[in-house]
Amino acid sequence: MNPVVSIEALEFRYREGDFRLGIPELAIERDTTTAFIGPSGSGKTTLLNLIAGITLPQSGRVVTEGVEVTSLSDSERRDFRIARVGLVFQEFELLEYLSVLDNILLPYRINASLRLGREVRGRAGDLAERVDIADKLDRYPGKLSQGERQRAAVCRAVLTEPSLLLADEPTGNLDPVNKWRVLDILFDYAERTDTTLVAVTHDQEILDRFQRVVDFSQFHEYGERSGAGP
Amino acid sequence: MKQVVYVAWRYLAYHRWKTITLVGAITLIVYLPIGLRVLVDQSSRQLTARADATPLLIGAKGSPLELVLNTLYFGSDHPALTRYSEAMRVTESGLGTPIPMYVRFRARGHPIVGTTLDYFDFRGLEVAAGRNLAMLGECVLGSRAAEALGAGPGDNVVSSTESVFDIAGVYPLKMRVVGVLDFADSADDDAIFVDVKTAWVIQGLVHGHQDLNRPEAAAGVLGREGNRVIANASVVQYNEITEENLESFHFHGDLSDYPLTAVLAVPPDQKASALLQGRYQSDEDLAQIVTPVAVMEDLLGTILTVERFVVAGAVIVGLATLATAALVFLLSLRLRRRERLTLFKIGGSRLAVASVMASEVVVVLASGALLAAGLTLLTSRFGSLAIRALLRT
Repeated sequence: MNPVVSIEALEFRYREGDFRLGIPELAIERDTTTAFIGPSGSGKTTLLNLIAGITLPQSGRVVTEGVEVTSLSDSERRDFRIARVGLVFQEFELLEYLSVLDNILLPYRINASLRLGREVRGRAGDLAERVDIADKLDRYPGKLSQGERQRAAVCRAVLTEPSLLLADEPTGNLDPVNKWRVLDILFDYAERTDTTLVAVTHDQEILDRFQRVVDFSQFHEYGERSGAGP
Repeated sequence: MKQVVYVAWRYLAYHRWKTITLVGAITLIVYLPIGLRVLVDQSSRQLTARADATPLLIGAKGSPLELVLNTLYFGSDHPALTRYSEAMRVTESGLGTPIPMYVRFRARGHPIVGTTLDYFDFRGLEVAAGRNLAMLGECVLGSRAAEALGAGPGDNVVSSTESVFDIAGVYPLKMRVVGVLDFADSADDDAIFVDVKTAWVIQGLVHGHQDLNRPEAAAGVLGREGNRVIANASVVQYNEITEENLESFHFHGDLSDYPLTAVLAVPPDQKASALLQGRYQSDEDLAQIVTPVAVMEDLLGTILTVERFVVAGAVIVGLATLATAALVFLLSLRLRRRERLTLFKIGGSRLAVASVMASEVVVVLASGALLAAGLTLLTSRFGSLAIRALLRT
């Protein structure tokens, strides 16, 4: 079976600072759950950005879902991302001026390649129901608890039914109860829909839940680090 | 695009006070100079049109502007009073038709214009309901005055006292409405027209009271000296003119001394006009003759100068406000940097992200311009009413 993510001879560095990331080879298998661990600033988030085509490497290939993202134009990478990749952020990144429902539906409002219809709205309602925020769809994010916000963010990430879910420290801002709850939701979704889940974390407590754990320190090369970077 | 507009709309609605403030500022920036221009244009047209249609005005020496504003627009400040003899002087000269004007009193804020039937012909005023003036104590209402007073033929209108402290002066006169004029889109619409003698009745120069020769008035008679009868205050004075008491109304003194605010002179041609103006050039003459259009042009010159200063001020304030608004937009864009990044990360198209960000500027500018256009339209529609109201005060 083809891996869902395949990286070859990747070299990346930021314009400023001495941070360098080098990945000779990396493959992430389909329908698996993988955690990347490593200290802060080691390039975990940068890797997610490279996989999603948010950032481009200086050299090497990144193939995600059979698409060589490094060869796509900016516009193609945006279309690819919105349809095929779900992103969950540590800071949730919900828009304060949109209601929870509008936040969940956001991908369908900011890219014309997706069509917002009744079926999508129904799916948004079902997802909200499944994560227990159905009664808070009219509220603004500012009126939600941290856990509820991350659950809404997860709904936004999976609404397009992506085959790859990238989570950047998804539990980093959550209390223990909400941490496990959000993890349950992510794993449950990945299992139920055969979605590949890739998360970066430095939370050792949650590593047992993942099928594969990759220590990130093997990939990054430190020059004289200036603190700038991922 | 519909979806992007929705997101933009949600942003503006969420930050509604900021949006309202910015829209208000942009509206004012756009509206002030344009609205002022429209208002000045309209007032120029209006002032000139009525002045153009009024050949000559004769009044007591004093402010020509006050004379013109009072006679043409029935302003509340009446000029120094002239006498009825000035109207007789025009008739005697054979150089024009005099129309006496006595615009001094008011009824519930509306000017009472004492004149003659010639005025209606001169201004082309038509009676829409009822009939024209025929008897002392009657009045005809301008269309807007009738609407504002809620009165029509058969109703009554009571004149107001000039001052609450004027106990011995002007008493209210109850006047019978006999007609309502057609809408003329001029100051005449707001006026209450009476015969000039009725205006003198309001002032008390012409009055009617109980017949002192009748037995029921005997108690009020203090003494008789030949034709002269001295009576006390118990004699009933009429504050309404009816067919029954009309006979008792009489003039005291010489008619030629009776007051007027102006005499509107209508010469038959330019030559007569020039000759008539020549008759009032003497320094000893107590009266002045003015050409309303010349007086209004002087006023318009002043208004245009003031307008230029106001517009210059508005432009400077506008530029400062625009700079502030631009700063607000820029700060807002900086504050939304993270939001922009999120939209980019999750795959928002370049156009959609730019549109969401630009929406604040576009919607605020468009709404401000639209509101300013609406206000300008309202100004052009109702500006003339405002100008007339200003001229009346």
